Amino acid sequence: MMVVFFAYFALMSMAAAVLTVALRNPVHCGLALLALLLHVSGLFVLLNAEFLWAVQVVVYAGAILVLYLFVLMLLNLKTEERYFHSTYLYFLVPTVLGSLYVLALLFKSPYTGAKGNAPTSAVLQEGDTYAIGMKMFSDYLLQFEIVGIFLLGAIIGAIVLAKTPKPIGGRANGDL
Amino acid sequence: MIPLSAYVAVSAVLFITGLLGVLIRRNFIIVLMAVEIMLNAANINLVAFSHYLESMAGQLVALFVIAIAAGEAAVGLAIIIVVFRGKISTNVDEMNLLKW
Repeated sequence: MMVVFFAYFALMSMAAAVLTVALRNPVHCGLALLALLLHVSGLFVLLNAEFLWAVQVVVYAGAILVLYLFVLMLLNLKTEERYFHSTYLYFLVPTVLGSLYVLALLFKSPYTGAKGNAPTSAVLQEGDTYAIGMKMFSDYLLQFEIVGIFLLGAIIGAIVLAKTPKPIGGRANGDL
Repeated sequence: MIPLSAYVAVSAVLFITGLLGVLIRRNFIIVLMAVEIMLNAANINLVAFSHYLESMAGQLVALFVIAIAAGEAAVGLAIIIVVFRGKISTNVDEMNLLKW
């Protein structure tokens, strides 16, 4: 049963990623990105990361994607005739060859390492959210604060950038 | 039980797709969406290793990645609005003001 769900989420997320890159209409690309985000969140559930699943659905699909769609509709983009670079085949072929090589390397790797102190049984006892909260507000408190300051800076930067600029010289020119 | 390499393979395919999107698309907004695909691929990798190596650190880093993706999207889209206001185009080829 796990394998069936994994195959579904994996195949659908890969297909949605390809559609996001390949579709012509930007709004369709955004909707394909939505499908990708939801299927990736399904993969998180299979990995016992329920809190990340919720964050993925709420923050990514709910906030970031809506921001993208707002901007798409604000700009009222026309569908372009040539939406790829003219030289995209020069990128496509080396990238596909390189990625096949990387995949071959990945399948040969052993993936062993030192185990941490949070086995699945311990995480499932109190829940994933509890485990993340305990870890975040003890060992990762500084990083949490840094992310908070980063988000404040991003908000201020976005507002300053997107604000309508004052006309230079005020109203004396008359033509603004 | 699904092997770890399956998750890593999915993540690699998604990352390569996002990289291709950044390289070949001409619309700036789609380029930002491709960056989001790459961040999601990294997140899958982080959470998969966190699960299989039994450590919570990967999931925490994935949370920070999501927060930084939100900031990146906000600032990137604000830049798009500014550029669009001036030049009426979101084509990345026409944004070459900083090129010398």
